[in-house]
Amino acid sequence: MSTHTTPRAARTPQAAEIPAARKRAYAPARGQRARRPRQFTSKAAVHAVLVVFALYTLMPLTWLVIASTKNYRDLFATNPFALGDLNLVANLQALFAYNDGIYARWLGNTVLYTVVGSLLSTLISVACGYAFDKYRFRGKEKLFGLILVGILVPATVTTLPLYLLFSEVGLTNTYWAVLVPSLVNPFGVYLARVFSEGYVPGEVLEAARMDGAGELRTFRSVSLPMLAPGFMTIFLFSFTASWNNFYGALMMLSDEQLYPVNLGLYAWMKNVYQQPELYPLVIIGALVAVVPLILAFLGLQRFWRSGLTAGAVK
Amino acid sequence: MAVPLTTPAKSRTPAARAGGNRRNERGAAALFMVPFFVLFALVTLAPIGYAAYMSLYREQSSGLGFGGTERLFVGLGNFTETLADERFLASFGHIALYCAVYIPVMIGAALGLALLVDSALTRAKRFFQIAYYLPHAVPGLIASLIWLYLYTPGLSPLTDTLATLGSDWNFFGKDEAFFSIVNVSAWQWIGYNMIIFYAGLQAIPRETLEAATVDGAGAWRTALQVKIPMIRSTVVLTLLFTIVGAIQLFDAPKLIQLRAAELGTDWSPTMYIFAQAFENRDYGQAAAASLLLAVVAGVLSYVVTKLGNRWKAA
Repeated sequence: MSTHTTPRAARTPQAAEIPAARKRAYAPARGQRARRPRQFTSKAAVHAVLVVFALYTLMPLTWLVIASTKNYRDLFATNPFALGDLNLVANLQALFAYNDGIYARWLGNTVLYTVVGSLLSTLISVACGYAFDKYRFRGKEKLFGLILVGILVPATVTTLPLYLLFSEVGLTNTYWAVLVPSLVNPFGVYLARVFSEGYVPGEVLEAARMDGAGELRTFRSVSLPMLAPGFMTIFLFSFTASWNNFYGALMMLSDEQLYPVNLGLYAWMKNVYQQPELYPLVIIGALVAVVPLILAFLGLQRFWRSGLTAGAVK
Repeated sequence: MAVPLTTPAKSRTPAARAGGNRRNERGAAALFMVPFFVLFALVTLAPIGYAAYMSLYREQSSGLGFGGTERLFVGLGNFTETLADERFLASFGHIALYCAVYIPVMIGAALGLALLVDSALTRAKRFFQIAYYLPHAVPGLIASLIWLYLYTPGLSPLTDTLATLGSDWNFFGKDEAFFSIVNVSAWQWIGYNMIIFYAGLQAIPRETLEAATVDGAGAWRTALQVKIPMIRSTVVLTLLFTIVGAIQLFDAPKLIQLRAAELGTDWSPTMYIFAQAFENRDYGQAAAASLLLAVVAGVLSYVVTKLGNRWKAA
């Protein structure tokens, strides 16, 4: 936070001791004093820009919260940012009552597709990346090249071919159709190899082997705990990918009992012209889906950050 | 604890130990890698192969449509037809235009905000980072949905405000809908990339910045001539990642197209594939288009990775 000011402050006592340094350190400080009124205005300008952009990012979410408290009539009749009668509870009841509580089912499906899917996917990726790092075998780098090719081909372009293949074997419109593709995360394997190089020293493995631990046990009780931060980062990557997966679900699923929340809300959105009572349901449904994600994001910031930089240096 | 145990093991002949280890290692490596590669083959390789096969055929209803469909071998016919299809080419044109508008806005804003938050003048850095990053915690489809509501006259605070200002801006209009799509992407990604740039700026050695200050560079000159050049590789990588993402654009245009029918259901390449498969039931051509898109995406991603590696080495 104060990284910019610290060096200046730290230099002052030094300057008192060394006359030559003093002169140098003093010059910018005097300039600073002369510029103070200007600095005040630029400070205000900087904050004005930052606040305006914060309004831009926060406005839609604020609107979502306020709109969630309104019933159908108020939604159209009142000022969008004014609170009308509080109908949040009634809206929630309507949301979970609609169509025999299909929304709760969508939430459950979403948890299955995102949390369970990402946990499995991360475990598979970490095991594979770990093996790439720690074991020697012939053709290793060629095999790793295949992983890199996998990273180059985004999942979106293989979704339709996968749909065609799955429909040939009758797998479309099942939980597997959405879950199985989300298990494959070549970038996760790549990251896991990098993390394994960084977090798990070879000597530790040697020691575990000498202690008589088998390879599987070594992985589970020695390497996996050491890889925990990397595991979390890869998990968050695949979690983001699966909760953002609308294209795949839209293609694969036609039975609304299998929908994740985003596909369900899309289906409702498509019908709001015919059924205007769905307007408030889409809003409250979006809020209920977003709140846990935002809480999770706030709670796991540290991991987001490391994941971001890991992605950036890819 | 492990140290004394290593001693007796070391006394075994090195050759025997290495041989046993290597066999063990191969087995363990296979165990750790098989789950990933089986799924990878199923989800990525097999669909590509199947799409290649499908793309050589065309389904045609035989006779008067009574006898079901038959599969005709058409060779590369689907490819030549796709490449000659104006709608397919137009979808790439839309993405090119989208990139031309969206990328300068997004990168410019993200970079500008990162520099401002990094500046010594700014307070509450943590708050701004969280506020800017928050939209990224919202799933892409739900973000599009919230904006769709915010674009809808009668519901939206925006349309009311614009109307009182005397503007007749229609977010779903023929020309305006394009900007509505750009805005959804900007909302989702400016904060995300701003955090990446900010992390890059934080990594610049303080001595470098002090040296610039001592040499008399003001805040503006330091930003433009020291800070930006030092995170140049991050900026260019973000740019390339954004292009790779852009050719897969689906959620926002798909949703906005619900109200802005003039966009058409084949506005982006992924929408084109979806429409070919599920509206026109032309799986052969949809498979061909998927493969063409996979090639474009693969080549673009390859360029990204190559450049990324070059900068990492430099």
